[in-house]
Amino acid sequence: MSLNTPMDDETLLEVRNLEKHFQVDEGIISSLLRSVTGAEADYVHAVDGVSFDLKRGETLGLAGESGCGKTTTGMSLVKLHEPTDGSIRFRGRDLTEADDDELAQFRQNAQMIFQDPFESLNPRMTVYDTIAEPLRIHDVRNETARVRRALEFAELQPPDQYFNQYPHELSGGQRQRVAIARALVLDPDFIVADEPVSMLDVSLRAGVLSLMERMTEEFDLSVVYISHDLSLLRHMCDRLAIMYMGKIVEKGPTEDVIENPQHPYTRSLINAVPVPDPGIGRERVELGGEVGDAIDVPSGCRFHGRCSEYIGDICETEEPPLEGKADFEGRQEVACHLYEPADDVVEARVGETTDTGDDSAASADD
Amino acid sequence: MATQDEPSIFADLDDGATEEDVESVNRWERTLRLWRETIGEQWRMLTDDLLVKLAMVTLTFFMAVAIFAPLLAPHGPLTRQYETDAEIIIADWVDPVFIDSESAYILGTTSQGYDILSQLIYGSRAALLVGLLAAVFTAGIGTLVGLTAGYYGGKIDDTLMRIVDFLYGMPLLPTVIILVALLGPSLWNIIFAIIVLQWRSTARVIRSQALSLRERPFVKAAQVAGASDWHIISRHLAPNVLPLSFLYGAFAIAWAILAEAGVSFIGLGDPNRVSWGTMLQSSRAYAALDFGVWWWFVPPGICIGLVVISGFLIGRGYEEITNPELR
Repeated sequence: MSLNTPMDDETLLEVRNLEKHFQVDEGIISSLLRSVTGAEADYVHAVDGVSFDLKRGETLGLAGESGCGKTTTGMSLVKLHEPTDGSIRFRGRDLTEADDDELAQFRQNAQMIFQDPFESLNPRMTVYDTIAEPLRIHDVRNETARVRRALEFAELQPPDQYFNQYPHELSGGQRQRVAIARALVLDPDFIVADEPVSMLDVSLRAGVLSLMERMTEEFDLSVVYISHDLSLLRHMCDRLAIMYMGKIVEKGPTEDVIENPQHPYTRSLINAVPVPDPGIGRERVELGGEVGDAIDVPSGCRFHGRCSEYIGDICETEEPPLEGKADFEGRQEVACHLYEPADDVVEARVGETTDTGDDSAASADD
Repeated sequence: MATQDEPSIFADLDDGATEEDVESVNRWERTLRLWRETIGEQWRMLTDDLLVKLAMVTLTFFMAVAIFAPLLAPHGPLTRQYETDAEIIIADWVDPVFIDSESAYILGTTSQGYDILSQLIYGSRAALLVGLLAAVFTAGIGTLVGLTAGYYGGKIDDTLMRIVDFLYGMPLLPTVIILVALLGPSLWNIIFAIIVLQWRSTARVIRSQALSLRERPFVKAAQVAGASDWHIISRHLAPNVLPLSFLYGAFAIAWAILAEAGVSFIGLGDPNRVSWGTMLQSSRAYAALDFGVWWWFVPPGICIGLVVISGFLIGRGYEEITNPELR
């Protein structure tokens, strides 16, 4: 089956138990030393078991503080990193096993928009060459017409005026629009947007965001938005996943997660978002302590050291699976021992079905 | 790409006629314009500095002299001169014009009866040949190795950089002397020995640039679009490190000329070719200093100094362009 064939209501991307670990000392000397002393190499556990599905036309937000692995996850999704373990399936095809042809097709269908528009455009290439580059790589016809159309779509009018300009002649907002046009010119199905507006002036953000909304709609795109800005994600995303130390701690429809957060970490994140109303009274949830060590990962629940709802030994010994819970109304899945598993999860576990399609199965194995 | 049942803003374009002819012309024009503008801009900044301008004039002068040497030189560089009256080989030396106004030789002759001016003019050929060839190869090899090591990283980087470390352990002049002694004294061997040792610093610097460039988002974007390694190295990395390669090339000119003069002075120069270094060597061999024959060794010394200083000045001027913090 070709990776280009679209299907209705298909699951475009299936991510299962994705892991990406970076070795700390990779040099010859330290690897020699290790082989002499017999010590094990240290790894930074950047992403440690992330699973989710992405349907066609759906937008998913990945949120979390700095260093929680959201950018590494995003880069693994477009194969900028080779995952250490786990699988990423694009239209049912496992990308780690894909051959060159399939990989080339995937490259046409998955694009990325980067955070810093000053860094994401080559200073020595004109706008035209920048946008035309993906077309040349994949031998797509009608180069000029496509570049023109992409620029028009990105609201850089008239497009021909921008053809011969260099990035340093453009403003930040214009650069990000050029980056978006480059991502769209191959007509992809899937885009990872890594903090797409965080480097832009606040006055320009609305314009770029509405462009991205239009792009999601008109291209029927599946987008993974990576951001620490929950209000932005609430505006842009259908579903939201909150990450902490390389794991998803809460995942579900955006409104449920924002309005009715269940995981203590999610609550503290949402509480940290300022509300423009001094009269509003709300419970303060403040986080104490530091993020744990990503090399020597804390046992059990990774959040246990900072958690305000710490309930005893189970938090330190047993890793909570990400699963549907019975105790509250929302449709989200939560990885926390505070709540009882939902009935269907219990049934699945008792029946010992090897249902790998279930999100919780992977983490429940631990 | 888009299939029919997928919404696409490009759908109508795929049926349209191609316009490749128009495009290819535009592409060349754009590339040409980029080069013209970059070089034009850097040239303007470079010639802004009076010292750099003087250095360029000096280098251009020596280049012209080297190219037109057969026309300019009154005698062959290794043609013995005879005393005017009798057919006797010059036993001593002939004074230059500014000491003995009757003299037929503007800068006098050497003890062996060679015309110093002719030797000086022909000597510029060796100096510039060494300088330019060494510069081109130093910059070229260094850039290629640096880009490869920096872009691929890991084991390739480790291997290449250990070679560079090894070369860094060898002092420039003594190693060149030993290499030339082993390979035999000829100008080409001197050039080869200099290149072998000199690309190390270029490779180091270009590697560090490539290491930081490959992590830049525009390289990531090209990878996401499916660009091959060669595409990324040639289109994204190389244009961004080119100013640095030029800079190291400019410095290499000066170092190579100095090394050649040094090796020739020690007596390992090409016996069939005159260079400023061999002139210095023969003046020392005939004890010119003791006899006060300063017009024999001062001119080649000045020429070496002028060319080397010019090379350094141009390199320094270029450094200010590539590294704006120096300004």
